[in-house]
Amino acid sequence: MSAASNNKIVKWVDERLPIFTMVQHSAVEYPTPRNLNYWWNFGSLAGFALVIMILTGLFLAMSYTAHTDYAFQSVERIMRDVNYGWLLRYMHANGASMFFIVVFIHIFRGLYYGSYKPPREILWWVGLVIMLLMMATAFMGYVLPWGQMSFWGATVITNLFSAIPVVGEHIVVWLWGGFSVDNPTLNRFFALHFLLPFVILGAVVVHVWALHTVRSNNPLGIDVKSPQDTIPFHPYYTIKDLYGMGVFMMFFAVFLFWYPNALGHPDNYIPADPMVTPAHIVPEWYFLPFYAILRAVPDKLGGVLLMFASIGVLAALPWLDTSKVRSCTFRPIYKWFFWIFVADTFVLGYIGAMPAEEPYVVIGQVATAWYFIHLLIITPLVGWLEKPKPLPESISSPVVKSGAATEAARNAA
Amino acid sequence: MAETANPAHGPSDGETRRDFLLYASSAVGVVGAGLALWPFIHSMNPAADVLALASTEVNLSAIAEGQAITVMWRGKPVFVRHRTEAEIEAARSVNIDQLADPQSDEDRVQQPRWLVMVGVCTHLGCIPLGQKPSDPKGDFGGWFCPCHGSHYDTSGRIRKGPAPLNLPIPEYAFLDDETILIG
Repeated sequence: MSAASNNKIVKWVDERLPIFTMVQHSAVEYPTPRNLNYWWNFGSLAGFALVIMILTGLFLAMSYTAHTDYAFQSVERIMRDVNYGWLLRYMHANGASMFFIVVFIHIFRGLYYGSYKPPREILWWVGLVIMLLMMATAFMGYVLPWGQMSFWGATVITNLFSAIPVVGEHIVVWLWGGFSVDNPTLNRFFALHFLLPFVILGAVVVHVWALHTVRSNNPLGIDVKSPQDTIPFHPYYTIKDLYGMGVFMMFFAVFLFWYPNALGHPDNYIPADPMVTPAHIVPEWYFLPFYAILRAVPDKLGGVLLMFASIGVLAALPWLDTSKVRSCTFRPIYKWFFWIFVADTFVLGYIGAMPAEEPYVVIGQVATAWYFIHLLIITPLVGWLEKPKPLPESISSPVVKSGAATEAARNAA
Repeated sequence: MAETANPAHGPSDGETRRDFLLYASSAVGVVGAGLALWPFIHSMNPAADVLALASTEVNLSAIAEGQAITVMWRGKPVFVRHRTEAEIEAARSVNIDQLADPQSDEDRVQQPRWLVMVGVCTHLGCIPLGQKPSDPKGDFGGWFCPCHGSHYDTSGRIRKGPAPLNLPIPEYAFLDDETILIG
């Protein structure tokens, strides 16, 4: 047993179930590249956000009623009568946004530093699965308060499936459990909204398992070559992750305590009314880029397909990116295209929030086109044509060399 | 001792400082987690709307002598009984020392005619019979719990059976001669 404990109970347990050894291996000794920057904080932050969501969600579920006649009132009761109910609900509602912010940054970090490239393809895919599960969970959670946006969001999103030829209508009726979004829909969404976070948790375990098999990428994007290149996870990265958590919690607290409704939509404080659609339906901000892609195509099925394709294409990225070099630090041309791509997703997000009229439609179509051009054409082409900068010999060599240089300079002085 | 001339870099000093930092940050973490946990735990306590319904007003004018009514208070039945002279007499003639849970009838009522108590058997929480004229009232003319056979007398005291305590008296007050406020 490698766990640094001579405690007899620990030993007794560990010989029968090596749980302490596992923790020792994966959270203490885990050899981590010594050069990880703050962009690597967002993985652990995402895990932290998931824990917050599951905890607040569990306690909210204890006071929530999944019935069309009571759901809205039960949420208002949570806000007014349940002890700290306002805190739990605002933590949960804003926590969803925080979770997506953190995960989107985590994904962009993977894109910039080439973390999807061999041997990390499966790690990347599991991450994409987690994102899809998050989107499904967030969507169904938004339906539960049974406000106007809940109801019409549920109606619009479930109607996406009606675009499927032949069986589409049947699928939608099956999803609803009726002929419109109604009590059966609310009940099943609540059941699934409770289940999916634990499925996400399972996927996170697989994600971390894959990570610990292929080991962390790093800002230089080169492989670990010697023990000199790594430091143990604990205490170096535990303390760095904790520091990041502190900063994250301050950011979270600003929204939670000062702007708890800034990321929501006021119409969702109007009880659901199947007879009146709100004048301007907008999904939550984290869906806006996808919503813009959906609306960019003036064809029902085409829009839906393109929206799902926007995530599907990311799964093919390990092969679409033909470059031998992982990190954009050494890719002078692709680096710029990366930032244009980031800007493009922001444009899509902005367009998604705008009404479907000119000039937004054309801008949305151009931005959608660029999204796919970037991934399907620019990425392979630049990979072939670009001449990357020379890579350092190893992760530790720049540090060791510059260290030696300063030492020499000091001696000279 | 020359080695410790520069204490900031002395090995032993470095250890204690690191220990201090570890304990200090762990303590902050534990306190912070504890504080963060409280809203979660407290959210399971009775909410404001539940507490708002924690008292019940009962009008006694319609209850004739010998009759009893059951009212709901905090989700539990409360027995309100208009006792007859014979029942009061029976309750007061008992030798208190022989009771399983010694308590005088005077201590269990505010006005002798009105017996107000929580109708939940102190054994395992069933509702004793004896409110309706047709109910079995047990060997002592009060209440009888059908679940495990506890007998209560006309003061609601346990006289026979597995229940350990008398039926509890809730907090209540006479608002006027014909109205009580329970809770």
